[in-house]
Amino acid sequence: MINPSIEAHGVPFLETTDLRKHFVSGGGLLSGKPRVVQAVSNISFHVDQGTTLGVVGESGCGKSTTARLLMGLIERDSGAVRIEGKDIGGPQGLDIKEARRQMQMVFQDSFASLNPRMTIETSIMFGPRVHKVSKSEARRRAHSLLDRVGLQPERFAARYPHELSGGQRQRVNIARALALEPRMLLLDEAVSALDKSVEAQVLNLLLDLKDEFGLTYLFISHDLNVVQYISDRVMVMYLGKVMEIGPVEDIYNTPSHPYTQALLKAMPSMDPTQRTESAPITGDPPSPINPPSGCRFHTRCPHAEDVCQLLEPQLTVTRPEHFVGCHMADIDSGHSKAGNG
Amino acid sequence: MIVMTDERHGPVVEVPPAAASHGYWRGVFSRLAKDKTAIGCTVILTAIVLAAVFAPLIAPSDPSVGSVLKRLKPVGEPGFLLGSDELGRDMLTRLLYGGRMSLITGIVPVALALIIGGGLGTLAGYMGGWINSIVMRTTDVIFAFPSVLMAVAISGALGAGLENMLLALTIVLIPPIVRISESVTTQVRSLDFVEAARASGAGSLTIIRAHVLGNILGPIFVYSTSLLSVSIILASGLSFIGLGAKPPTPEWGLMLNALRTAIYSQPIIAALPGVMIFIVSLSFNLLSDSLRSAMDVQR
Repeated sequence: MINPSIEAHGVPFLETTDLRKHFVSGGGLLSGKPRVVQAVSNISFHVDQGTTLGVVGESGCGKSTTARLLMGLIERDSGAVRIEGKDIGGPQGLDIKEARRQMQMVFQDSFASLNPRMTIETSIMFGPRVHKVSKSEARRRAHSLLDRVGLQPERFAARYPHELSGGQRQRVNIARALALEPRMLLLDEAVSALDKSVEAQVLNLLLDLKDEFGLTYLFISHDLNVVQYISDRVMVMYLGKVMEIGPVEDIYNTPSHPYTQALLKAMPSMDPTQRTESAPITGDPPSPINPPSGCRFHTRCPHAEDVCQLLEPQLTVTRPEHFVGCHMADIDSGHSKAGNG
Repeated sequence: MIVMTDERHGPVVEVPPAAASHGYWRGVFSRLAKDKTAIGCTVILTAIVLAAVFAPLIAPSDPSVGSVLKRLKPVGEPGFLLGSDELGRDMLTRLLYGGRMSLITGIVPVALALIIGGGLGTLAGYMGGWINSIVMRTTDVIFAFPSVLMAVAISGALGAGLENMLLALTIVLIPPIVRISESVTTQVRSLDFVEAARASGAGSLTIIRAHVLGNILGPIFVYSTSLLSVSIILASGLSFIGLGAKPPTPEWGLMLNALRTAIYSQPIIAALPGVMIFIVSLSFNLLSDSLRSAMDVQR
């Protein structure tokens, strides 16, 4: 197996190897056999300093779980997360508190992610105060960040979250995440709940902030247009596995994995001559409780063959920096279309 | 509350910048100070507490001296402003003195149970996992006993006396408060802002103090104050079977019990101790309800 995170790039900012999280529920005295939800199964990827990795996939594919694993909000079963080569929680690595200072997260629900009983100023100051920044310095930082995200501090600092609109709240959440002066932001569907016009404003704000502070982004979204707009590289996930990962133009112009192809076909086009006549894939993805054997996509894949049911495809390099987890991409796999596509 | 907004400039309603210097709790108290119900209840409760504390100074006669000849006099009888009880003692005097014991048996166990039960419930709700299991299953065991039986058993085992009675009442009141605290904490805990606080590297205690408490205290307070009257009544029950206050010590619950035989001849007098319990517990309840809404910034 070629690990996509081992590339001749020097040390990437963020790197994971074989990250895995299976949620176990039930299995008590009376509930019988425990049910194991394979939320994230051995995924490996890296994000280079100053770039944006877009993560796409249907609901329940493990996108958010991945972000929460990276933040240490849920404990990983196995695998490693490294920031600049240093293991988080490892013996000679970073402790989790320091890792959380370097990486911050913005959540989808702008309202639920702010304490309703705190003024937004206090919410932004909370992180720095935890990290022993003086009160006056924390307040100064909060005000300058509010200003930076487009909210005048003298008018907004003392407001409560319910007094703001969704877009304004998400700006506050971004300011809050930046208050610890992190080097990376994990944006979990951060713009998905916003109106289209507001979404565009916040996206542009994110791009500006990235340049200004030299940030690295992990951008999770189900919106392929948005991901194309903001990302340098894209990772496609399906049922807790990486299907394809590569540079954004490469993925969007010449997708190699049948799942990526289907996703992109499902993207509504603005061009009336490019109609989507029939749904490229139908139905819901199978349950992650008992994921399909072999390739997890074989139940919905138009090119599925026996080998797909039996063997799990490994990520194979097809073009520079472009990795595909499909038997058709692997010449030695035994799939009849191997090597053609 | 609906505020007109536009994306760039925010709510059109102007907020005076002076508000920035106000902390959250200062805001709570300023809202509370504008609440007529809260002011009324505070005045009533303060008056009752002061009357109980200074009973020896303001009471017209001795609470334990009576005359059988003057028993069960109606309200307004000369020398007996609120009538007299079944042993001819002045009701007003006994109600004033009775407040001392009743307020103690009402407030102390609830306050202790609030601190212990609230702490345990919040911890269990926030931590989850095995800590939650231990705390909640232990609570269930205590909860399984009827509260009166439990109180009688504990104070019976410890022996009669005020301290033992207070301890027994506290133990009885803890489980329901643990239950309430645990369930509201579990709800708050799953919200994204707690997750975001964890992501900023804060420890559990800091998160509970800064983010959880403000969002759970309201419902816990309101529920706990409803236990005040329960506590007073339970205490009077213990007194009645000789495990708490002993006659002739005046105590509202005990008086209510003793006067129940007079319910047909002097219903107003028989009801007076009950009215006092009712006023105290209602005032606390309304006050904590006002506090809850004052703590809600979204009004």
